[in-house]
Amino acid sequence: MPSLLIPTALRAFTDGKSEVDAEGCTVGALVSSLADAYPDIRQHLYGEDGGLRPFINIYVGEDSIKGTGGLDTPVAEGDSVMLVPAIAGGSRRARATRGDR
Amino acid sequence: MGARIGSVIDDSRLPELSNDEISRYSRHLLLPEIGMEGQRRLRAAKVLIVGTGGLGAPLALYLAAAGVGTLGIVDFDFVEASNLQRQIIHGVRDIDRPKVASARDRIKGINPDVNVVEHMTRLSSGNALEIMRGYDVVADGTDNYPTRYLVNDACVLLGIPNVYGSIFQFEGQASVFYAKEGPCYRCLYPAPPPPGLVPSCAEGGVMGVLPGVVGTIQAGEVIKLITGGDGGLVGRLLLFDAWRMKFRELRLEKDPVCPICGENRSIHELVDYEQFCGLRPAQGEAPVESLTALELKARLDAGDAIQIIDIREPHERAIAAFPGAKPIPLGQMARRIDEFDQDIDAVFLCKIGQRSIFAIRALREAGYKGRLLNLQDGVNAWARDIDRGMPQY
Repeated sequence: MPSLLIPTALRAFTDGKSEVDAEGCTVGALVSSLADAYPDIRQHLYGEDGGLRPFINIYVGEDSIKGTGGLDTPVAEGDSVMLVPAIAGGSRRARATRGDR
Repeated sequence: MGARIGSVIDDSRLPELSNDEISRYSRHLLLPEIGMEGQRRLRAAKVLIVGTGGLGAPLALYLAAAGVGTLGIVDFDFVEASNLQRQIIHGVRDIDRPKVASARDRIKGINPDVNVVEHMTRLSSGNALEIMRGYDVVADGTDNYPTRYLVNDACVLLGIPNVYGSIFQFEGQASVFYAKEGPCYRCLYPAPPPPGLVPSCAEGGVMGVLPGVVGTIQAGEVIKLITGGDGGLVGRLLLFDAWRMKFRELRLEKDPVCPICGENRSIHELVDYEQFCGLRPAQGEAPVESLTALELKARLDAGDAIQIIDIREPHERAIAAFPGAKPIPLGQMARRIDEFDQDIDAVFLCKIGQRSIFAIRALREAGYKGRLLNLQDGVNAWARDIDRGMPQY
């Protein structure tokens, strides 16, 4: 069974798990089974059009699925599939989310 | 990988080194990859460090030590006690000083020959090109998406390399975005996450040595861009997990339809990055209602029926517990929606009142119909205004 590597930024939605077993023989099927198991992560992975959100990259081994067929990229036993979201941390304290107050 | 790239420093600019400098940089001069010529290039180089925090600290310290001729530093912030766990360029006596002043003193202490240019300002679309023009390399050590995209775009427009580093909790990313030679940040991430998804270091925490490692990797990449040599992290993304002690490396491809570095680019000037990153309210989105700690106290004293929801994780509640609050961690809102009483007001709290906004939005998306309120400035406001015995963190 292939496993999905979950980065720290998304672990709040997978009960803290860094690696999740998922079913499927394509990246899309794997990610979809992740979202079924952890519904709170769904809105962060998929946009309203059903496609992957632009701040999430998925890698099978060292290669982005952008160049290998996107969510249709096949996954074989033993492949490591990793979600790589944008992170921004560096220096300063948090900025206020404007407009909310 | 590892294709050779030329130095960003033109041969016509190379200064001579004095005998004192030759002694000082002897260990560099002995490396054939750097040598006299590389050290002269370092002496001629102008590097801009954006942010003098966790990443900017090792960047500035090592680049000063390495003999970079001019170091520009951009920061509008002041040193706080909570910075000192990782921002090793600042010390206890620097608390409340501008970070650029504190950083300048340390840089000068390490290497008085460095010309330090202080930019005590917030980088913006209005000033970025003016500030960044004339530098040979920019090192990005900022902590927020608007500035990341701003730095990326300005570097692409000016044709200079952007040495990128980013950190979160135990995880770091590093790369060199140099549109002339490879992909830019937008090729990797065309758009940022919505505000609130990824907590800031102030909310999510960060292991102090993590920016030390990532910022030092950035400093190494800056040096190689100046001396010329191995292409380093151009076209590669380095991932570092400091907790599991694991490095991974991913290939990055240039996006042929990238809006700023692709063939038919649509971005020709800097844009409004706050808007691009969703920091202004979207059209039609209902604002999140909030209440202050004083207002919450008044309602509790009056005996109002309120459900208070603490969206923090257990380890964070252990720092400063909020009495009477029901704990439901942020990541579990949608699946625990049935635990709410939608007929009475629900007040959400976190450390500083930002992630709780996200919890409210998640519940709305999940179909919640009742009234949802955000505790403004979080439990830190409660500690500040109501319960002085409670720690602020």
